[in-house]
Amino acid sequence: MLPTPLDLYTQTLRGLASQWWWPAVFKPLHFPQISRLIGSNPFQRSNSINAGQSNLSLEKKMWGIVRQKVGAGASSIPALQRIRPAASSSRYYSSAAKEMTVRDALNSALDEEMSADPKVFLMGEEVGEYQGAYKITKGLLEKYGPERVLDTPITEAGFAGIGVGAAYHGLKPVVEFMTFNFSMQAIDHIINSAAKTNYMSAGQISVPIVFRGPNGAAAGVGAQHSQCYAAWYGSCPGLKVLAPYSSEDARGLLKAAIRDPDPVVFLENELLYGESFPVSAEVLDSSFTAPIGKAKIEREGKDVTITAFSKMVGYALKAAELLSKEGISAEVINLRSIRPLDRATINTSVRKTNRLVTVEEGFPQHGVGAEICTSVVEESFGYLDAPVERIAGADIPMPYAANLERMAVPQVEDIVRAAKRACYRAVPLAATG
Amino acid sequence: MSFSASLKILQPLPLNSTRSNEKPLFFDPFRSPSKFLGSRFRIPSLSKSNTRSRSSPAVAVSEVVKEKKLKPSSNLLITKEEGLVLYEDMILGREFEDMCAQMYYRGKMFGFVHLYNGQEAVSTGFIKLLTKRDTVVSTYRDHVHALSKGVPSREVMSELFGKTTGCCRGQGGSMHMFSKENNLIGGFAFIGEGIPVATGAAFTSKYKREVLKEADCEDVTLAFFGDGTCNNGQFYECLNMAALWKLPIVFVVENNLWAIGMSHLRATSDPEIWKKGPAFGMPGVHVDGMDVLKVREVAKEAIGRARRGEGPTLVECETYRFRGHSLADPDELRDPDEKAHYAARDPIVALKKYLLENNLASEQELKGIKDKIIEEVEEAVRFADESPLPARSQLLENVFADPKGFGIGPDGKYRCEDPKFTEGTAHV
Ligand SMILES: Cc1ncc(C[n+]2csc(CCOP(=O)(O)OP(=O)(O)O)c2C)c(N)n1
Ligand SMILES: [Mg+2]
Repeated sequence: MLPTPLDLYTQTLRGLASQWWWPAVFKPLHFPQISRLIGSNPFQRSNSINAGQSNLSLEKKMWGIVRQKVGAGASSIPALQRIRPAASSSRYYSSAAKEMTVRDALNSALDEEMSADPKVFLMGEEVGEYQGAYKITKGLLEKYGPERVLDTPITEAGFAGIGVGAAYHGLKPVVEFMTFNFSMQAIDHIINSAAKTNYMSAGQISVPIVFRGPNGAAAGVGAQHSQCYAAWYGSCPGLKVLAPYSSEDARGLLKAAIRDPDPVVFLENELLYGESFPVSAEVLDSSFTAPIGKAKIEREGKDVTITAFSKMVGYALKAAELLSKEGISAEVINLRSIRPLDRATINTSVRKTNRLVTVEEGFPQHGVGAEICTSVVEESFGYLDAPVERIAGADIPMPYAANLERMAVPQVEDIVRAAKRACYRAVPLAATG
Repeated sequence: MSFSASLKILQPLPLNSTRSNEKPLFFDPFRSPSKFLGSRFRIPSLSKSNTRSRSSPAVAVSEVVKEKKLKPSSNLLITKEEGLVLYEDMILGREFEDMCAQMYYRGKMFGFVHLYNGQEAVSTGFIKLLTKRDTVVSTYRDHVHALSKGVPSREVMSELFGKTTGCCRGQGGSMHMFSKENNLIGGFAFIGEGIPVATGAAFTSKYKREVLKEADCEDVTLAFFGDGTCNNGQFYECLNMAALWKLPIVFVVENNLWAIGMSHLRATSDPEIWKKGPAFGMPGVHVDGMDVLKVREVAKEAIGRARRGEGPTLVECETYRFRGHSLADPDELRDPDEKAHYAARDPIVALKKYLLENNLASEQELKGIKDKIIEEVEEAVRFADESPLPARSQLLENVFADPKGFGIGPDGKYRCEDPKFTEGTAHV
């Protein structure tokens, strides 16, 4: 029988391949036969969920590659034991006895939800052997194995879509984006495949997935790596968008997000990961969750309302502190949830203070502040004693130079100045030029 | 066939007379007498093809090189002048990056700084063959590509310091080097992003030639990216389009075996990246990326193909980075033995050895070059350090190519200035 054209083609390729330049010295490292045996499929690597560690060490031997961080040292301590006692008396919670970093709060939330529900799994770049680009997933590979902590290739569109497909079938993926900037390569799946499916399928298919990772301005990384996605995802029906500030927020909201039946975009902040916050016994309980869609009043006040989310909550609290020295009592609302937005809490506060300053790091146009302003204009117009002040990042891509970068993101002084303006304690307009 | 353009230097004979004797260095699906599926694609005839199996020894670059050495007209791959250019460029790359590490630790530069140490043979081997009009598209690991392409070291250093004399006035930063003058068009910090843009640059050359009738437009584009990036869809999308439209581009994979902490073997179902070329109908080549002369030979062929309008090539350079992924990477996952193995094959040491052994240069000459470069890099630091910070007014510039038509009035003031922005947020 004559070979088909396809046969000829494959034979030819095979024949020619051996003519390719192939310095022998690369062979052992580059293409160990063993990689064929192990494959890149984590399910081939072990038979039982808890066999991950032994299989990893097997791979280590076989590949001759040291993966020393897996299973080393502190990562084997359960997350909750890593809380250290407060070094000083806490700032806002007089009864709190412990402090926890946002990093540990997120890590413990993931850990608890994974141990509570075998349907929960993690996937993303460097979440496993590297322990997370920002070490949020530290120790989880060791504890749950490579079947539930999946290191993916650099293919956001691919793995986000895979997560969505798994969620259609009832698994509960937690997809980590190394930073939310990279979610732009996966935005099709976040919006089209995740956010719209419950509606399109008339409620037949829900999508219980969490997309999480650091969001917002980072330091010194330039325009592509420094951007806030709250308004982007916040404008999209079918998504729930959360932005934690403190360790309490991080734990409570992440646990709520994982248990939630809908797609949640969970916007963390790299610059907050290392920050410690007081946590109460209630927050540390494994049953603790924070309600999605509810803002939290971080500080009560009567003269002006300041809304903020994520890192900007800390700035707003600092601004409130400075304002109080000048006799202005500011109420600080930590939005926590960008969508649904807690319009009730915001409007109640504005009806009390009659003044509003919104703060966000993102671009001003069509931003979170614009939405809050609309809500207040719609619902509490008659209560406003001053125009709403909107503080946002500069309307430019993030510059690299440190001095320009500082000018491009809101600073505490900006919030103070805007609050004073709102309270008619005018400061001279900033010099132009 | 014309795979042996590199022989021009070795054998100043008319190309036609030597071609037929040469072993093809590239598999080219377009050049073959037999038709495949009746399409315009052709496959090489079976009678000529070698049917050895994978496990039998393949032709290595070194063998090709040896073969060439036997040719009577020349016994060397490069002239003295070429050798010194390569050496100087590689030393510049290395010294510049070492200086960056120092400056980063002293707080002079910030954010993510990805250094190129160990991979110099790829940048030098390819980019030094280009003209100024040819285009280079790079990644976040772009300082050395910029230097090889001719961006002055002081401008790159100054950019890293966030100073107004930088090649992007401090607005781009380490991961975003651009130089219109030198046709370096980024500087792309997201994985895979640069590949379509590079393909678009190559598309422009073809468009200029065929639609705008600029017959002399022979510009070639090189797209540089890593092994990890080859798992991203944009890579495959562009291999397809570049081959489909026969675009003048070379896809240069710098396979340093790792993508941050992800081993190439753990991330890729078939780790032989070069194989993806033939799958899309273009040649794929694997070359020792620690040997600048081998890289250069392959680069000549691939760039030559592109320039002659014969279409794209995929080149996988096996290389290694001598430092962590970025200066913030603890680099804990790579095996010390693996690092030592590649450190022993330092491309600069290898070139130096070649130059000395073949009497192309003396110790003295090479030391002279190194001293000159050390001086140049120190001068770049001085220049960057003494340069002014960007002024406040710079903050709002360059958002649009035509700010006048958008927001700046005849008085030079912003017409649609957002008062909240200027008063509340930006301190301008
Ligand atoms: C879309 C996207 N996802 C993730 C990242 C984060 N990231 C930066 S570099 C990198 C590894 C790239 O590895 P490789 O392509 O092999 O290039 P190398 O750094 O080794 O030169 C990753 C995952 C990114 N920049 N862009
Ligand atoms: Mg790599």
